Amino acid sequence: MTIRNVRDHGQRFRPRMTCLKKVEAVILEMQDPKTGVKSQPQRLVITTIPHAITGEDIVAWLANRYSIQTEEACTLGRMLVAFGYIYPLQDHKRLIIKPDASLYRFQTPYFWPAQQWPVEDTDYAIYLAKRNIRKKGILEMYEQEQYNSLHKWMNHKWDFIVMQAKEQYRAGKERKKPDRVVFDCQERAYWVVHRPPVRSTRTHVHARTCTHARKRTHIGSCVFLVKYSITYNKHDPFLAPCLPSNPWLTDDVTYWMLNMTNVEIPTKMRVERWTFSFGELLADPRGRADFTLFLKKEFSGENLAFWEACEDLKWGTAATMNEKAQQIYKTFLARGAPRWINIDGKTMEVTVKGLKHPHRYVLDAAQTHIFMLMKKDSYGRYLKSPVFKETQKRAIDPEQHSVTQLEANAKKRRPSLSPIIVRQQEEEERARMATSGPVDITQVMSKLSNKGKEVPPPKK
Amino acid sequence: MCDQTFVAITFGPCDSCSENRPLMNLYIKTEPINYCSLCMEIMACQDLAGGETLNSLKAETESLRKRLEEERKKLHDVELEKVAEKAEALSALNLKTRRTLKGHANKVLCMDWCKDKRRMVSSSQVPAHPVFNSSQEHAVSMPTTWVMACAYAPSGCAIACGGLDNKCSVYPLSLDQNENLAAKKKSVALHTNYLSGCTFTNSDMQILTCSGDGTSALWDVESGQLLQSFHGHSADVLTLDLAPSETGNTFVSGGSDKKANIWDLRSGQNIQSFDTHESDVNCVKYYPSGDAFASASDDATCRLFDLRADREVSIYSKDSIIFGATSVDFSLSGRLLFAGYNDYTINVWDVLKGTRVAVLFGHENRVSSLKFSPDGTAFCSASWDNTLRIWA
Repeated sequence: MTIRNVRDHGQRFRPRMTCLKKVEAVILEMQDPKTGVKSQPQRLVITTIPHAITGEDIVAWLANRYSIQTEEACTLGRMLVAFGYIYPLQDHKRLIIKPDASLYRFQTPYFWPAQQWPVEDTDYAIYLAKRNIRKKGILEMYEQEQYNSLHKWMNHKWDFIVMQAKEQYRAGKERKKPDRVVFDCQERAYWVVHRPPVRSTRTHVHARTCTHARKRTHIGSCVFLVKYSITYNKHDPFLAPCLPSNPWLTDDVTYWMLNMTNVEIPTKMRVERWTFSFGELLADPRGRADFTLFLKKEFSGENLAFWEACEDLKWGTAATMNEKAQQIYKTFLARGAPRWINIDGKTMEVTVKGLKHPHRYVLDAAQTHIFMLMKKDSYGRYLKSPVFKETQKRAIDPEQHSVTQLEANAKKRRPSLSPIIVRQQEEEERARMATSGPVDITQVMSKLSNKGKEVPPPKK
Repeated sequence: MCDQTFVAITFGPCDSCSENRPLMNLYIKTEPINYCSLCMEIMACQDLAGGETLNSLKAETESLRKRLEEERKKLHDVELEKVAEKAEALSALNLKTRRTLKGHANKVLCMDWCKDKRRMVSSSQVPAHPVFNSSQEHAVSMPTTWVMACAYAPSGCAIACGGLDNKCSVYPLSLDQNENLAAKKKSVALHTNYLSGCTFTNSDMQILTCSGDGTSALWDVESGQLLQSFHGHSADVLTLDLAPSETGNTFVSGGSDKKANIWDLRSGQNIQSFDTHESDVNCVKYYPSGDAFASASDDATCRLFDLRADREVSIYSKDSIIFGATSVDFSLSGRLLFAGYNDYTINVWDVLKGTRVAVLFGHENRVSSLKFSPDGTAFCSASWDNTLRIWA
């Protein structure tokens, strides 16, 4: 049983019309006799069509009005045509704007895309029937197909449709010739927009009230945002050249090779990022490995191991959650545990109480405590330690590639190692380590936690 | 883990149901009590307590809203523009399409990068669902049209996707190109309306989804169990984004009700809400530091919201941009904001100074999705013109 709420059902039920009002405002401005687009009567075959405008005038007016480049004005013009606010007089089936002397006209508001008037198949059937009456065989291929399918589907109202078509045709004949030509053009344009030939793009219109874009600059503590951007400025491949070169530009994958997950010697930029924040250091597997090494020397590796085990519990699969929680308790928290971590009494009390009914966030308090401990204490010492300084010294600073051999590089494109293979390799490595002698528990746990797998019983 | 906790949550026995759950600290008539979220909802939905009338509650709402505004103003110290004067001006960008991926026969609706920075998955309007890697590798056939959401697992060994079938399914990938991936499919999420967005959390084991039924939900992949659901939007939820892992367990979602909400993964509570947009919020993305997020909307604007200040701090819009923005993403440093629009263009904004840096043409139909690669070297845009373009 589904319960339906009486509420706005969003995009599936309400047509997305937010930008229509904005577009209408633009069109009205364009039609202003004094400041709008220049129009002139054009002779088309034997009739004169009033108020025709050229494509280049439209584009020039838009560029001028909004202080934008020609290309952008073309884009905007194209959207106006695509939605049916302006229609071309020649080549009417292609709804694009040509910035030359091609002629266009403004569509009458009666035919503007609007929310209130859904485009009905009945109307389309009447339109096609009318054109059929006027001259048999004038319908295009796709229109003929549509006509046949509508005829089959709407057979029960076909008499009504034919009658309407005849009435409209008769009414049309009573109009003056130029008016009739104009109306025919408008109607034809309307249907090209709403029933395009198959395989052309159907665009949806969105209207928006045309408010002036005011830049709202009330801010709170956005100093942090600016600081972050400035700090990472040189690391952003879009703002500073990435060394040796951006693989997408030169087809040279050295950059990715140098920055692989478990590379022996990291690059200088990568090492620099570790100094920005503790989170950065932990997020990079190579950085985490370096940090683990440092902790091992200080005999405080259990903190990081506990943190990783908690992450594994939080993001791991639900089935093994209980066992994991108990395992972590036995290893890290219980009195006399092999890798006992030092947390304050209150946190310990809360955690132990929570473990009676374990859920995935039961160790959150303890994890936060340990994280802050590492951040405030170990991280600072790590940055000053010989381990880190050694890594920094050995880090490589690749030279920028010269931009040659682009074509040769492009030919040498190869797919990278599939992640599936990478994972298989890691599993093999794990199996190998499990069978070998005394194992460094921190390495094993960190590798496993990275993949979100189960934490094995600790070895000593 | 988070430095700042938005809501002080403790764990323990609830005062009313005595079960061990995450607790909300509430005040009833200045008495502090600890209820779990379920009991709190029940209590809030009950009839008016003694001494309350509808009018009095309305008046209370108004006064609370005023107080909220005052508190927000207190956080307002410096303007973004002033602080941004310190930042250097940007040099001209030279962005071009470096690759065009043509493998889809229909509109491409969504795409996602793999963590190996080179692969991506994309989904389209019709069944056939390529996984690209400079050449097409796999194609998955889906029994439904309009696959509106797709995501790559962090390990790179599985993908998740869903759409009008109301489900999110996970497909483990294999090395064999000819293998029928649909056979190994695993249905994970089930909603009562179309699936609009999905993403894996930090592991392959959990998926976060959002749906047209107005809810978001966290699922366990192995068992298909619903771990947590998030109610609060009054219309379709169209998009979601997880906070960067350093800043804690939250995510942001945007919907057709013009709101963008921040949720806590643990308790299911709506922590913050922003409703300055004038139309549907199509896409939300966190700033790389996690302190802010950007949103793209049908009102043709993109906006930046600061989480600490609890308000909107910048609007990215222009008179000549009339058509809605469908997707946004930040560059690695957060200095640049790229947004794809329904008028087939991509606009590049300077986040700090609020100006437009460039406009990129090339697509022949609306841009449906835009994402940066994990190392920031390039970004990919998916479009209804059946192609994906990689720009750098």
